[in-house]
Order: sequence, then C-alpha cells, then structure tokens
Amino acid sequence: MNTDWKNFEPVLIPNIKDLYKIDVYEKNGGYEQLKKVFKDKKHTPESLVNEVKAANIRGRGGAGFNAGLKWSFMPKPDGGPRYIAANGDESEPGTFKDRVIFERNPHLFIEGSILAGFAMDITAVYVYIRGEYRDQINMMQKAIDDAYAKGYLGKNILKSGFDLEMYVHSGAGAYICGEESSLMESLEGKRGYPRVKPPFPAQKGLWGRPTTINNIETLANVPLVVKNGADWYTSIGAKTHPGPVLYGISGHVNRPGVYEYPTGMLITDLINDVCKGVRGGKKVKAVIPGGSSTPPLRGDSLDGVRMDADSLRTAGSMMGTAGMIVMDEDTDIVDVIWRISHFYHHESCGQCTPCRDGTGFLEKTLIKIKDGEGEMRDLDILLDLCTQMEGRTICALADAAAWPVRYAVERFREDFEKRVKKTVYAVA
Amino acid sequence: MSQKYEFTKEELAEIEKIKAKYPDKKPPVMPVLWLAQNKFGHVEPEVQHLVAKTLDLPPAHVYGVVTFYTQYYGERKGKYVLDVCTTLTCQVCGGYEILHHLEEKLGIKAGETTEDGLFSIQSVECLGACGYAPMMQITNGVYCNHLTKEKVDKIIDDLRAGKLPEYENMPFYQHGDPEPSKS
Ligand SMILES: Cc1cc2nc3c(=O)[nH]c(=O)nc-3n(C[C@H](O)[C@H](O)[C@H](O)COP(=O)(O)O)c2cc1C
Ligand code: SF4
Ligand code: FES
Repeated sequence: MNTDWKNFEPVLIPNIKDLYKIDVYEKNGGYEQLKKVFKDKKHTPESLVNEVKAANIRGRGGAGFNAGLKWSFMPKPDGGPRYIAANGDESEPGTFKDRVIFERNPHLFIEGSILAGFAMDITAVYVYIRGEYRDQINMMQKAIDDAYAKGYLGKNILKSGFDLEMYVHSGAGAYICGEESSLMESLEGKRGYPRVKPPFPAQKGLWGRPTTINNIETLANVPLVVKNGADWYTSIGAKTHPGPVLYGISGHVNRPGVYEYPTGMLITDLINDVCKGVRGGKKVKAVIPGGSSTPPLRGDSLDGVRMDADSLRTAGSMMGTAGMIVMDEDTDIVDVIWRISHFYHHESCGQCTPCRDGTGFLEKTLIKIKDGEGEMRDLDILLDLCTQMEGRTICALADAAAWPVRYAVERFREDFEKRVKKTVYAVA
Repeated sequence: MSQKYEFTKEELAEIEKIKAKYPDKKPPVMPVLWLAQNKFGHVEPEVQHLVAKTLDLPPAHVYGVVTFYTQYYGERKGKYVLDVCTTLTCQVCGGYEILHHLEEKLGIKAGETTEDGLFSIQSVECLGACGYAPMMQITNGVYCNHLTKEKVDKIIDDLRAGKLPEYENMPFYQHGDPEPSKS
C-alpha cells in the first residue's frame, strides 16, 4: 500500500488558481484526453470501458461498485437514445465533496462524462444536482455552456462524428432522489419514488432506455485514468479500492473540510494530521466514516483502521461517501442517533411498510430513550426493529436507517443503558 | 381564476428552451416550478395551475410534485426563509443553539413566519456544507457558514436593511487556502 500520503499531489482538485475557468483548465492539459480519444484514436469505446474497468474506480456515491464494470452492463446500441444520469444529489448527511468539484474543477467532471458518453454511446448526460446547491448549479451551467462554445459538447464533437448533449437538472429538496431509481423518477418530472429492480437501469432506465448512473466524483476520475492508465490508478492507495478520493471531514476537528488523498488513509492520520486534531485536545468518542448511514465506530477502536472498503468492513463499517464525522468525548450518542433516525424517518418516501413504519418507530423509541422514558427492553426492541427493516424494502434507505441504530446500540450500549429507567423486578 | 399569475413572453421562451432538453412532457415540471417560484416567491395552487396549463399537464400532477419536494413553497413563506441545518454534524457543532437563538431573536418557532412577513425559520436536514457547520441557507439561496450568535445577529440586521450575505468561497486547506476568519 502506498502510505506516502504526505507527498501526494492532488489530481482531482490540483492546486491551480482559477482552474474552474475553461481557459485555465485547457492550459493545464484539460480536454487533452478528449483529443487523444477523438483525434488520435487512443481508445475505441470497448477499450475505454476495459481501461476504466481495469482501473477499478469504485463508485464514490456510496456503494463502491466498479464503474467500468457497471458501464459494461449497457446493452449494445440499437440506434435509440441512451443516457447517463450524473448523481450530484449529495444529500447523505456528512457528505459535502461533490460541491468542491462543481466549485473548483467542473471541467474535469465534464471531460470525464464525455469520455464515459463515448464509451457507452450515450445521447445525453443529465447532471442532477441537489436544489440547495443553487450557486453550484449556476457554476456547473456556466462550465457546460463554455464547453459547448468550445465544441466539446453538442454535435460532432471535435469532428469525431460523436454527438453528446449535457443538461443540468436541479433537485428541490428530497434526500431520496440520490437513490438512483428515485433520481430517474425525479428527472422524469415525477415524485421521487424508487423503482423496483429488476429491471436495472442499464436495461430500462430514463424513459425506458438504457441508462448508467454514476456519482460526480466517480466520473471526474475518468480523464485521469485515460491520461495515466489503469496501472497508475491502481497503484494509488488501497489495492482493492484504489485511487484518489475526496474526504469530507466534519465535526469536532480543528480544521474540517474536504481533502484529497489516496484511499486507505488511516482514520487517525486524517483526524490528527490532516485535520490538526480534535478541538480542545479532547478524545474521540465516535467516528462515522462515510456518511450518516455507515455504522459508527468507537473512538477507542480506530487504531489501524483505514479508509477503504476492506479495512472498514473488517472494522465493522463502510466507506460510503468518505464523508467522515468526528465526535468528541462530550458527544451525546443517544441524541445523535435519535437525530439520524429523525432524518431517515423524514426522508422515507413511504412506499414500503418496513421503512415507513420502521423509521417512525425507531425515532419514537429513541425519543423515549433520550427523554429518559425508555426501558431496558426498548434497546432490544430497537435491534429487533432493525432486523425487520434490513433487506426487506425497495431501496436501501431502510438499511441506511437501521445500520446506525443497530451498531450504535451494540457499540455504545453503556450510553443507552445510562439513559433508560432502571427496571424494577417484582419479587413474588 | 385570477389573472394575477402569468408568465411573460421571455419566460415562455425560456420554458420552450427547458422543454427542448427532455424527450417527454413531464420532466420540465421541476425546472418550470423553480422558474415560477423564483418569480412569484411561492408556488401556491394558483401558480401550480399556471404551471400545469403552460406545460399541458394535469394540475394534480403538479401538486404531487410540489408536495414531494421540500424546497417548493406550496404556501407562502416569509421574504427571508432561514433554513437552519440541525442534522448530524450541525447538531454536534451547535446547530440547535443557532436555531434557538434565531427563534428567540425573532420571537417565532421553527416552522413559523414573523408577523411582518419578513422572516420564516425552518429546521432542515443536511445541506451539504457539513465542513462549515453550523450553517444555514437563506431562501433556497446563499449559504451562511461557521455561524456564531454574533454572525447571525449581523445577518439579521443586514437582511432587515435588505442586504443579503454574499457567496462565501470556502477554503480547500490542502492548498494552503486562507484560514476562515474567526469571529
Ligand atoms: C437512500 C439513498 C441515497 C443515495 N444518495 C446518493 C447521493 O446523494 N449521491 C450519490 O452519488 N449516490 C447516492 N446514492 C447511491 C446511488 O443509488 C448510486 O449507487 C450511485 O449514484 C451510483 O454511482 P457510483 O457507482 O458512481 O457511486 C444513494 C443511495 C441510496 C439508497
Ligand atoms: S425503502 Fe423507504 S425510501 Fe426506499 S422505497 Fe421503500 S419506503 Fe421508499
Ligand atoms: S449536517 Fe449540516 S450541512 Fe451537513
């Protein structure tokens, strides 16, 4: 594993002033990979898919699926329209990294999307951005307009005969629209109810046509792979989960923010070195490694845990969006878990009973416990509820709601027990 | 129906452009609702009817969309809607203190609007600015980051004077971007 992170030079967000401007991006090698592919024929669509597959860019939207492999599921072109939906919904609590791409390097994402479009013979890319990111939506629209003006988008891109349109679609406040099938419903102008799978989006996606959904950061990695090759990419960071990644670190650290480093960073390095330690020199009570749905880890169990899928699985959590939340020793875990369950209850679309009722019941029980009205058996009720929710619903929101509760009750049991009423046993 | 709500010729041209982005009749409903809300400040039923009529869609469909997404104002709100994030990171970094400070200052609870119609307060879910917690967003627009009670007081004073805060470019420390000014 490459542990020399201190000398790592950022590639997704390199240190170049005004890189968001198309001229600056071009001056620094931007859109060169398009030219390599369209003019110098560096890749056919097939070889491009294979290169990206070999690079093993694992989806940065949460599920960590190999992007090239996902692309290879698209059926053969039949002359009809095919789509990419680029997922910039970014609403998983603790996640704020795609916005840095919109703000600082939008053209890298655009170039990556065009390359992905060529690889899969795509007609149009819809960039779905959460509605709250009004400013970032405007920045993205400006970047797209500039790319059209330079002939990188539209008809006959760089005289290659390949056409591609790119549109921004603004969300309007609904976490569930980050789930890929809900996102497609929303793009189709409907309420964002997730769809039952199968059919999978590659078969029947937007308007019933083949569609690939990728996260913004995932697509931004593509030009880097085309430029430097899959071998270069897999040499960065963790072997089974390689590449540069945008860590969004928030909570009780001295310097919260988004940082680009290789995957596989030690959580302790991220907290102590990158973020300059915990505020007030306090101890870490808990870390949520990759957005609110990933199981919280105890502060005293962080030694040697790295930010990649395998290491986090061994530690009992997940990489998610790499949106890491650090909580100090004064944090009230019961309160935090109640607030997380409030979030999922609020955001459940209500289609599935285990999710609609389960999230409500989780929240109610947690309110009871937080207010000192809970009993010891409520803790088992919580765990039982989680079991009834996991893996039984149309989309993964129910799992996302259950995991933090289950693992918090298991790992921070003493905090919960302290809050419940002492049970009095009647003596016969 | 009242004649109060109409799109101008320019707006109708804009709507034609929006329609051209999609292969179907329904998708423009979200962007056109945004356009309408930015113009009228809300999308109450009469505005929903205008959108439905303009896009040749059943009003019930437009209503369904408006009620699914929290950013559409199906009822009129204050001129400045203060969306205070109280989720996860903001929660542990003092989001509720900011919310309660605002409630006290403006004499209303989250979900309410001041009598003069100037302010509404809402407690909202993560706005994707967790590194800059605690934070709030004003009327679906500008983000105000690293809030303190003093910073909030200043924002309210400015808003009363009709001045919106400006867009804050948040640092990317890795490049030695400047530290945020500590207030
Ligand atoms: C409830 C829910 C919310 C999600 N929210 C997001 C999101 O905000 N952004 C995102 O990229 N992926 C989100 N996802 C994951 C997407 O469904 C999908 O896996 C992802 O966009 C695929 O892109 P990737 O393979 O490049 O990561 C969410 C999934 C679920 C179940
Ligand atoms: S799991 Fe929850 S959010 Fe997902 S479709 Fe079912 S009810 Fe909706
Ligand atoms: S938790 Fe408040 S912006 Fe993310």
